Amino acid sequence: MTAILQFAFDALSVGSIYALGALGIALIFGVMRLVNFAHGDYVAFCVFALLWPSIDVVAIVFVGNLPWYLLIPVILAIGAGLSVLSEILIFRHLRNSNPATMMITSFALGFVLQHVLLMLFTSRPKSINLWSNLSLPVELMGARIPLLQVITIVTTITILFALVTFLKRTQFGIEMRAAAEDFTMARMLGVRANRVIMAAFAVSGMLAAAIGLILATQTGTTDINMGMPIMLVAFVATVIGGLGSLPGAVICGFLIGAATVMLQVFLPLEARPFRDAFVYLAVIACLVWRPQGLFSPKSARERV
Amino acid sequence: MVMNKKTSVLARTWSTPVILIALLVVIALVTVAIGSGIFSRTITEIFIRVTLVVGMYIFIGNSGVISFGHAGFMCLGAYAAAWLTIPPMMKKILLPGLTPLIADVQLPLILSAGVSALFAAVIALVAGAVLMRLAGIAASIGTFAMLAVINTIYSNWQSVTAATSSVVGIPIATGIWSSLAGAIAGILIAYFYGISRSGLALRAARDEAVAAAASGVDIYRERLVAFVVSAFVCGLAGVLYAHFLGVVNPDAFYLGVTFIALSMLVVGGMGSLSGAVVGVVVISAIIQILRWMEKGIEIGGASLSLPNGIQEIVIGIVMIIILIIRPAGLMQNRDLSWGATAARKSKTGD
Repeated sequence: MTAILQFAFDALSVGSIYALGALGIALIFGVMRLVNFAHGDYVAFCVFALLWPSIDVVAIVFVGNLPWYLLIPVILAIGAGLSVLSEILIFRHLRNSNPATMMITSFALGFVLQHVLLMLFTSRPKSINLWSNLSLPVELMGARIPLLQVITIVTTITILFALVTFLKRTQFGIEMRAAAEDFTMARMLGVRANRVIMAAFAVSGMLAAAIGLILATQTGTTDINMGMPIMLVAFVATVIGGLGSLPGAVICGFLIGAATVMLQVFLPLEARPFRDAFVYLAVIACLVWRPQGLFSPKSARERV
Repeated sequence: MVMNKKTSVLARTWSTPVILIALLVVIALVTVAIGSGIFSRTITEIFIRVTLVVGMYIFIGNSGVISFGHAGFMCLGAYAAAWLTIPPMMKKILLPGLTPLIADVQLPLILSAGVSALFAAVIALVAGAVLMRLAGIAASIGTFAMLAVINTIYSNWQSVTAATSSVVGIPIATGIWSSLAGAIAGILIAYFYGISRSGLALRAARDEAVAAAASGVDIYRERLVAFVVSAFVCGLAGVLYAHFLGVVNPDAFYLGVTFIALSMLVVGGMGSLSGAVVGVVVISAIIQILRWMEKGIEIGGASLSLPNGIQEIVIGIVMIIILIIRPAGLMQNRDLSWGATAARKSKTGD
């Protein structure tokens, strides 16, 4: 029983991060068909925004010294700001160009962000002490679970609920969902394109910032490449969830998290290093089984 | 597209590969004339990259499907070359898990290059048989998953690939001429595939999938053919790379090279062979100039130099600006050619 509980918490907390990432990518894909490869670098950028530029091993904490009730909004605002800025400066000029061009542009942007961080902070991972008392374990029905895992899961669920409310109950949210469903039609019915796209970028940037905060607390280190692996898994989750389907992205984020943890536990010892190979083989199987994604919205189907 | 029915595709387009090859030969000759060892290594690296990007173009350009997996074929080719050319004595110590058949042989380099590239092509046939069923972004993710699988296996199979540590002892044989030969071979293969029945059918399917299928094009089959041919050329690039450095490491064939090669292809223009070659040459040239500027240049007695690390930032910004100004890439899907009759324009996108 405790083992199952432990397993469930591991799976949920790994999945939480993937789900948040997938959601950030799916939101932008929904409104402008852009696969934003810079998303992972937004995550890293937000983490480094906590610090003062330096080349020392121990991070010089700057913004990170603020009390949490100020720090969280500040970092979220930085994420949103960076994301919106990239839309205004770059992606706005690429509307309607082909997906490959947008994808490579977003990659180039990520490359620039990464090297800006590299110049300011060097490539050495730094240790950072952000709310370290959160990693103390708590007893829960016999299983010892790090408090942070609980907080990660609760935070994710809160964010998801807040987003659902935003998307279903507010004017903005409804416009955004309409735009994700059928962008041209939504515009014809009076949805203002720029506003909706900017809002999507802002929310996506905030999600990246949230991932950054969770990661920095979880690992206690900052690294300029920290966002990349998560972005890749999130990207995969978005696609097998059915591009453009927000619930699909979230569910598949959790699914991949669960699959990863499950394989780690159940694979025989000698096969364990090859865990990721099994995960990606499962991804291929999933794609071949349902190329449209597991939860594809109607609009995703190509019309002839 | 206005077609002159009397002339064959070959007669209308032969000037394209000739111009591209001439361009590379001129670069090689100038390099040899300068005679600097370091510069010659840089140019060799560029030729290897031309081979890789042209290999990727064969699939991506003709099918319109972005593949993230081709660095994997480079990896397969490079490691196969290592298995076949490292002296057997060293192999037994370094890679004890190899089957005796491979462990005891040491093939001549040319033969090993052919076999290694073929190995990449065979794996592409197996992987492609599954992946080519997919289309669009699902196919892209599928190829990425394939790359991740290859990378995970090569980074962990201690006894056969030495896991994450580098495999050393590969004969160093790639110089400027052999890499030029590789790039020329890549361009010729890409050109002849492009004007073959399969290449034409695949480009038709890229531009109008439904119409092409209705006209009897088996899209799955043509994509698979392109995938295998392009894997062969990318495998060849891997072989050249292995013999260039003398060491191979799985990390050299993962996301870094994938994105750099894709960027060069897209910036050059992924719709034409000339775009692939021009993309590599232009981006590499800009990178090289920035590197020189980082080292410092003498202007009127004063030494000016850019701060370290600015090169990557500038190249990223330059790529973004090029793509904003010319979303279809530098060549805009056109091929370099002589005269109006030879003009081959193809429209993509929209």
